[in-house]
Amino acid sequence: MRQDDTGLRVSRRAVLAGTGALVLSFASRDLFAQHVPPTLPNGAEAPQLPGSLQKTPLLDAWIRIDAEGRITVFTGKAELGQGIRTALIQVAAEELEVAPEEIELVTADTARTPNEGFTAGSQSMQYSATAIRHASAQVREILIAEAARRLGVPPGDLRAEGGRIVPPQGDPIGYGELVFDQLLHVEASPDSKLKQPDAYRVIGQSMPRVDIPAKVTGGVAYVHDLRLEGMLHARVVRPPSQHSELVDVDTSRVESMPGVVKVVRDGDFLAVVAEREFQAIEAMRALADAAQWREKPNLPDQDRLPEALQALEREVGTVAEAGSPSFSGQVFEATFTRPYQIHGSIGPSCAVAVANEEGLTVWSHTQGVYPDQDAIAEMLGMPVERVRVIHMEGAGCYGHNGADDAAADAALIATAVPGRPVRVQWMREQEHAWEPFGAAMVTKVRATLDANGRIDNWAFDLWSNVHSTRPGGAGSLIAARHRAESVTPPPSRLQITQAGNGDRNADPLYVLPNKRVLWHFLPDMPLRVSAMRALGAYANVFSIESTMDELAIMAGADPVEFRLRHLEDERAREVVEVAAERFGWSSEPLPANRGRGFGFARYKNLAAYLAVAMEVEVEPETGRVRVVRAVSAIDGGEIVNPDGVINQTEGGILQTISWTLYEAVTFDNTRVTSVDWSTYPILRFRDVPDSVEVHIVNRPGQPYLGVAEAAQGPAAGALANAVRNAIGKRIYDIPLTRERVRQAIGV
Amino acid sequence: MAITLRINGEAHEVDADPATPLLYVLRDDLQLNGAKYGCGLGQCGACTVMVDGEAVFSCVTPIMLLEDSEIVTLEGLGTIDNPGPVQAAFIEKQAAQCGYCIPGMIVRAQALLQKNPAPSDDEIRSALSPNLCRCGTHTRILAAVKRASELMQSNGAAAGRGEPA
Repeated sequence: MRQDDTGLRVSRRAVLAGTGALVLSFASRDLFAQHVPPTLPNGAEAPQLPGSLQKTPLLDAWIRIDAEGRITVFTGKAELGQGIRTALIQVAAEELEVAPEEIELVTADTARTPNEGFTAGSQSMQYSATAIRHASAQVREILIAEAARRLGVPPGDLRAEGGRIVPPQGDPIGYGELVFDQLLHVEASPDSKLKQPDAYRVIGQSMPRVDIPAKVTGGVAYVHDLRLEGMLHARVVRPPSQHSELVDVDTSRVESMPGVVKVVRDGDFLAVVAEREFQAIEAMRALADAAQWREKPNLPDQDRLPEALQALEREVGTVAEAGSPSFSGQVFEATFTRPYQIHGSIGPSCAVAVANEEGLTVWSHTQGVYPDQDAIAEMLGMPVERVRVIHMEGAGCYGHNGADDAAADAALIATAVPGRPVRVQWMREQEHAWEPFGAAMVTKVRATLDANGRIDNWAFDLWSNVHSTRPGGAGSLIAARHRAESVTPPPSRLQITQAGNGDRNADPLYVLPNKRVLWHFLPDMPLRVSAMRALGAYANVFSIESTMDELAIMAGADPVEFRLRHLEDERAREVVEVAAERFGWSSEPLPANRGRGFGFARYKNLAAYLAVAMEVEVEPETGRVRVVRAVSAIDGGEIVNPDGVINQTEGGILQTISWTLYEAVTFDNTRVTSVDWSTYPILRFRDVPDSVEVHIVNRPGQPYLGVAEAAQGPAAGALANAVRNAIGKRIYDIPLTRERVRQAIGV
Repeated sequence: MAITLRINGEAHEVDADPATPLLYVLRDDLQLNGAKYGCGLGQCGACTVMVDGEAVFSCVTPIMLLEDSEIVTLEGLGTIDNPGPVQAAFIEKQAAQCGYCIPGMIVRAQALLQKNPAPSDDEIRSALSPNLCRCGTHTRILAAVKRASELMQSNGAAAGRGEPA
């Protein structure tokens, strides 16, 4: 474990605001160690610092300026294709009063950046952008204060502009001339002099993404593109199924194949290293043929997966409760299911590692360089400070895919060929079968209406495990589990939190006088799962929004009006109204086989608000569903890069259409059988909507609310409701396949 | 065994097993990043390159079949400082999220536009249908190809960059 810094630290005082009274914080052994907030003499907690400054309060952990005035900004978050790099640059440029091009941004690297845990949960803006914004504003004020001291004028007479402090008369002073060793090596103060929205130059502008030009012209953009001197290529041979034992493997033939450098076997972990990539692939195939495994037929019947999940219930947690729900008279009751689904990155996971006298360095598209550093060090029995993990982009991950496991594979293999970098690339079938899946779930809803057509009783039961099995410790890594000295993952525990997990968004934002929401907790799953975009919110909101439409029908109400009837939160009401208006929502009948549907949620009940309306067309003969158009409205608080939000939200809607219409992991009683894009089909261009609109309800000056996962639940609800509207029958099970649609219609 | 391949207008002598798929030669021998490994099965299009003007999956095309062919990769369409019209259109429309599938989309669009400079929306969808995107960038990709078609026509240069020399 990393030790917290307990070295000499001078307590923070209100330092900034141009008084020039800088109190320095000295020499932490580990600049980026987790920070324990200082305790004030009376034992009271120090004021909360904004965003990730709370954990990493030193300003120069975030912002550094060299003597030439070059600005480097550090974030512990990683670019995952969500555009965070661009938004963070915008925020820093705004408060530092420079052009975005003047900012160099360093992302997640255990040797250089703050520890911000995982880049996950749509929290990079709340935590990292908030920290960088405040740090930038405080650095600007320190520079102004320093200039004021040198010029002997009040700080209020000075302003920052274009990387210089400008006095009323005389020459401006460049930032580089003002900084000296310890100037920025101070702890952040709780309050910052943030710019007001009417003065924004950069925030709120759609800035083109800084990473796109290299990506579209063949630059080095991904860890897949990293080529180090003397680099070898490795492939792993995974077992044919999850719980297999390697009984025997004759490696002699493989070892004599062209280019093969080494076969690595450690327990059930098997890999081959070769000089060239295609040699490694051919050797991998030969090695797979040579390996004999003992498999365990211990998977449930896929057709009875919901029952199998419910049978795994071990504990029940109360997520939310109000009034005293009771059910009599006309009760709406339904069970909804979601299968296992894959993240399905287009680029299978990849990592590069080198073990040498300096220790172990791993380049990975992990979402958490620091947690990976701990897990890999634990797996290899190395001191954590001997392991460095550096983020490089991969293909979009949408949660915990094979990235961490590929990093562990590369790390383990690299220690077997010390001195030479090793690149491990997973094969397509490995990514499909071995990434941790999005969790299968079952939900059950009961609800009644009062005489005025309002919901008066609501019961929501969900069967789910803990969705995230990220590292954690080494037990989260496939390589560590497969080694002879096997590490098992920690047991999962039921925890009810505000943001939720399997129970995320299980408690609707709608006003429900009598409600009970229960999480039937499964400690174990038949198949390995981990965090996938929106976690439980996808299935929970799908279920809730499907139910809202059925209740609207029972009440004889328009679905949009019915939702508004149950929404008091003004921001929620506004996105519903904007989406409905922009869509041209009405109860006018549509042509035959067309339908419209609506969905709404506030992600985690604390992040972005999103409402979406969809129109679908259904081919009754084939059961094919196509979304014709989708119109959404999103409130993510203050928006830094509007086009970034629009891009993410369009993507969320389209990805959800794919999940909801086509996607399910398949398996027999032993093996996963969905191992490529023909056995696990996803959205293709012919089925893409004619248009996807995203309308931003901007809230300048308001806190950032994470937007990246906001679409998942509402889009699933809107789609299911539109199909219901088109065919007159409800489908309760994801995916809404052609077979299910035909079955529902009765064709 | 050495095979000579013509890639982006230049001859390259490649010393690799003739059964090696082109993708690995591009990435490992020639250090070209554009074509991406996605599936190795010809199912996703991340590895798409042009061979004699046709979009092909480089992950399933062994180099022994390509000796007399003209191969064009993403890198042959333009550079970061001077992007070709399709690349420029993708930048203009911000048609990327993670971007991993985009090189294949661009090369396939280039192959379409060389043959059909003014494709209809349906023709664009149909041409791109072998390629997968997971981020949900589809509508922007379609808009970018449409825009590329306009750019190429207004340049009067459908035969601009990327046309085999």
